[in-house]
Amino acid sequence: MYVAVKGGEKAIDAAHRLLADRRRGDRDVPALSLEQIAGQLGLAVDRVMAEGSLFDPELAALAVKQSRGDLIEAIFLLRAYRTTLSRFGYARPVDTAAMLIERRISATFKDLPGGQLLGSTFDYTHRLLDPALATDEAVDAPDHRAGDGAATPRVTDLLGDEGLIEPDAKGGAEPGDLTRISPEFPMDRDLRLQALARGDEGWLLALGYSTQRGYGRTHPFVGEIRIGEVEIEIDMPGLDFPVVAGRIRLTECQMVNQFKGSAKEPPQFTRGYGLVFGQSERKAMAMALVDRALRARDFGEDVVAPAQDEEFVIAHCDNVQATGFVEHLKLPHYVDFQAELQLVRAMRAEWASAPEDERREAAE
Amino acid sequence: MEAARRRVHRILALANAQALRQACAAICDATPAAMLRGPETGMVMARGRIGGSGAAFNIGDVSLTRASVRLANGAIGHAAHLGRDAGRVRLAAIVDALWQDPERRREIEDRIVAPLERFVEARDAKLGGEVAATKVDFFTLVRGED
Repeated sequence: MYVAVKGGEKAIDAAHRLLADRRRGDRDVPALSLEQIAGQLGLAVDRVMAEGSLFDPELAALAVKQSRGDLIEAIFLLRAYRTTLSRFGYARPVDTAAMLIERRISATFKDLPGGQLLGSTFDYTHRLLDPALATDEAVDAPDHRAGDGAATPRVTDLLGDEGLIEPDAKGGAEPGDLTRISPEFPMDRDLRLQALARGDEGWLLALGYSTQRGYGRTHPFVGEIRIGEVEIEIDMPGLDFPVVAGRIRLTECQMVNQFKGSAKEPPQFTRGYGLVFGQSERKAMAMALVDRALRARDFGEDVVAPAQDEEFVIAHCDNVQATGFVEHLKLPHYVDFQAELQLVRAMRAEWASAPEDERREAAE
Repeated sequence: MEAARRRVHRILALANAQALRQACAAICDATPAAMLRGPETGMVMARGRIGGSGAAFNIGDVSLTRASVRLANGAIGHAAHLGRDAGRVRLAAIVDALWQDPERRREIEDRIVAPLERFVEARDAKLGGEVAATKVDFFTLVRGED
């Protein structure tokens, strides 16, 4: 129960002034620009866009600055802003096969068409802190090599030709939209993927990891990870054909998991899928692991592990909801707590006045 | 005609704001245009396909600004670009309207669309070359059994 209490306004104003001061920090140090944040802390901005569920690097950079680098607070800010924008409609589904590739690797096929493109990756770095970055040392321009223009088909389409891998289920039905309906379980895979795409990276990482450690094992291989920009095509009033409105960066992960067969189908690899705004390989991989784990029932697997429990996974994956409920505990609960105090006092009085043997019975 | 107009929309949307302004400013500033709608900023829901080519699902929203203009000759132009830059969308809508006039099309193609197409291609090629430089060239060491 909440009761309005007056008297905090001056303290709140002063607290917000103090927040603004601390956020700015030492005035002798130049303030961060949004260009600096978007350009040099790009992966933080990408995470905020993915979990804030709004692709807009400039706004996400502003959110990172305003939240002093608290990314869940930044995600909250972006989600709140998002509710002020009207939805013009739904874009045509993107074609990740036509992606302008920035990175593309496969852990299952060494010689895949189009090749392994490492892109800008932390992999193979030694994870040693680099003192050079503490200064503003000049950075070399990247190498350049004439592209061979080779197509980079999705790995899963290659294996698909032989029937060794579960094909994509075609469906013409209009996908469900979690921003328009409240979630109900059991949930279809399209809605689960929407929830996971904006779900908390840490939550998905821990759940994906749990499947690797044996809590709902799926025997995963990274069929392919690709990062790059795809074109967003929309329909707009006044034009009777779709037009490209720009590009967004996405990370896609095709997880290939150990085989299943049935009386109707010969054994074939099963799959998990991850698709996330921005450059976010860890999140896309975790999402694909969790997507596959959540498909347990489709393959007749026993639902015994947390990562396979759809309601548990989906109902707790949104960090804005989670932080809202956890953090609300710090708001005034004076009246609730008074009631609890009265109750515990009454119970203690009853306990004190009861004879010894009754107390023992009650304890047992 | 439809394919050609879609191509113009695509190139205008993919060019960055600075290149777009540079290419359009002179012609658009000399073109009186009334706003029919917008510029207004909202969002569109981006969609993927399960597994890459399966059933569609929603990924998340993308900010988008759209505008429609009418020129003195009655031609109507539309534009919609990702982001919140109303200025560039207005320019693109004017270009779309001008392009529909057969007498102006050649000029619009030569002075705006072609340079922007070269800009987009050069930018994509630069990125492609930087990524291609990180391509792994596997080689197998001679095995010891011979």
